[in-house]
Amino acid sequence: MSTSTFRGTTAIVGVGESAYYKHGRSPDSEFKMTLQAVLAACEDAGIDPKRIDGFTSYNMDRNDPSRMSAALGIPELRFANMFWGGGGGGAAAVANAAAAVISGIADCVVTYRGLNQGQFGRYGASANPKDAAYLVSYGVLSPAQTFAMRVTRFMHEHNIHRDALKAIALASNYHAQANPRAVMYGKPLTAETYDESRWIVEPFRLFDCCMENDCAAAVIVMAADKARDLKQRPAYILGAAQGSEYRNQARVHNAPLYGSSSFSTVGPRLFANAGIAPSEVQVAQSYENFTGGVLMSTIEHGFCKPEEANEFFTVENLTAPAGRLPLNTSGGNLAEAYVHGMGLIIEAVRQIRGTSTFQVPDVDVSFVGSGPMVSPVSNMLLGSENTL
Amino acid sequence: MSDYYLPETVLPWALAEPALEQPYWDAARENRLLAQRCGSCSTWQWGPEWICHHCLSSEMTWEEVPQRGRIYSWERVWHPVHPALVNATPYIVVLVEVEGAGGIRMLGNLLGDRGQPVEIGGEVRAVFEHHDDDPEKPFTLVQWEAVEPSASPA
Repeated sequence: MSTSTFRGTTAIVGVGESAYYKHGRSPDSEFKMTLQAVLAACEDAGIDPKRIDGFTSYNMDRNDPSRMSAALGIPELRFANMFWGGGGGGAAAVANAAAAVISGIADCVVTYRGLNQGQFGRYGASANPKDAAYLVSYGVLSPAQTFAMRVTRFMHEHNIHRDALKAIALASNYHAQANPRAVMYGKPLTAETYDESRWIVEPFRLFDCCMENDCAAAVIVMAADKARDLKQRPAYILGAAQGSEYRNQARVHNAPLYGSSSFSTVGPRLFANAGIAPSEVQVAQSYENFTGGVLMSTIEHGFCKPEEANEFFTVENLTAPAGRLPLNTSGGNLAEAYVHGMGLIIEAVRQIRGTSTFQVPDVDVSFVGSGPMVSPVSNMLLGSENTL
Repeated sequence: MSDYYLPETVLPWALAEPALEQPYWDAARENRLLAQRCGSCSTWQWGPEWICHHCLSSEMTWEEVPQRGRIYSWERVWHPVHPALVNATPYIVVLVEVEGAGGIRMLGNLLGDRGQPVEIGGEVRAVFEHHDDDPEKPFTLVQWEAVEPSASPA
């Protein structure tokens, strides 16, 4: 198997976050929070912020890299890159940073996402004007309404029960109870509370849906040979992939493979690029816009077969430290904060470092997937020094 | 106010690319259901696009399709995400695989009891919901109803 030139040539050397708030609760503006996250990542890495020479982000992040460069007094901006799409861009934005480093365009690239939904409006209450005459006219406006029918089709095709969705929600919240950064810290979710929660749109109850937050997060990517001299144990980028399968976004819900998280090709491509098998992954961070997306993404990455899903998706199997596949070990978008998936990337790094608040022992291979059910989606494998 | 399944006021109805889409909407005014078909390779296509996704021909034509199909997937919406929908929930959205048209799917609401059980594979027929309130801009939504309404849950 030929692996890509990505394998082990770059690393995430620093991670940083703003404080995480429920939407509307942040005392700080989105731009200020994003600066806080970038500065925290530099502090974590032990590098002078003036060493930064590139920025990447996704989903038309409002925190313009030129203003960021000016605010930080960056001597020379060498790379400014935006990835199309929504939450599917998190891992891709990090991969784009790595590509810039590998090709010599820049040396020290920050990937960031600032998202203050109190300041700029809630995602869950927004109407998507794409194909409005064919969708909005029938009451299909929000992300939950856009994705629910994909999940229902998938669960129908594979005879998967709603208990699988519940297990994902409960595992995320369980992990958040050890994470003081998490918005749901100190707010445990029980199976009874989940079962009694209101429907948002069938098959999603309230706790199947991600939170809406005010938050920002950033990571720093540098060449592997420079990473070894810095403060933290490097999380090497072993591989990355992005995209979606054939006609994934054919208009008006006409994707040929409709019951899909968009990872049916992007999942296998990641493992081929990295020369890693799904069975070697010890811990997974899988973007939860909705639990149903995590279900499909986990299966499309080969962590579990569809016919095993009803047995695989249990709280016991999905929780650290000893579950079959500890999932979303910081609480993720459901329970830590919805930083549009950047928080999941940071958690994937912490699992390699051994510093998660819900650590899996001796992690060498850590997975992160961004934005199921949208297109493009993306994913990444991080590894310890042992994997090189 | 009227007998519309959902209020009109969420977003004003408008077409993004009338030159591409108008024939479907004109036909719906006349209770006819059209879909795109390639004039070169006969591939069916929905939603409307400028070229055929199979052979890339720009010779797309419009052809009448049966006003029947089967439910491919569905959702029941309980949480109103827009103020205009506060009194409209729950409502049911169905994705319908249209009969005899190469597997294309059309999206609409499932008329009738909003609490009715919905089954993938259930047979439905089209119902044309004419919106004539604005004489300058009338339009018609294609809705669906069960051919054999499910028995109400006991």
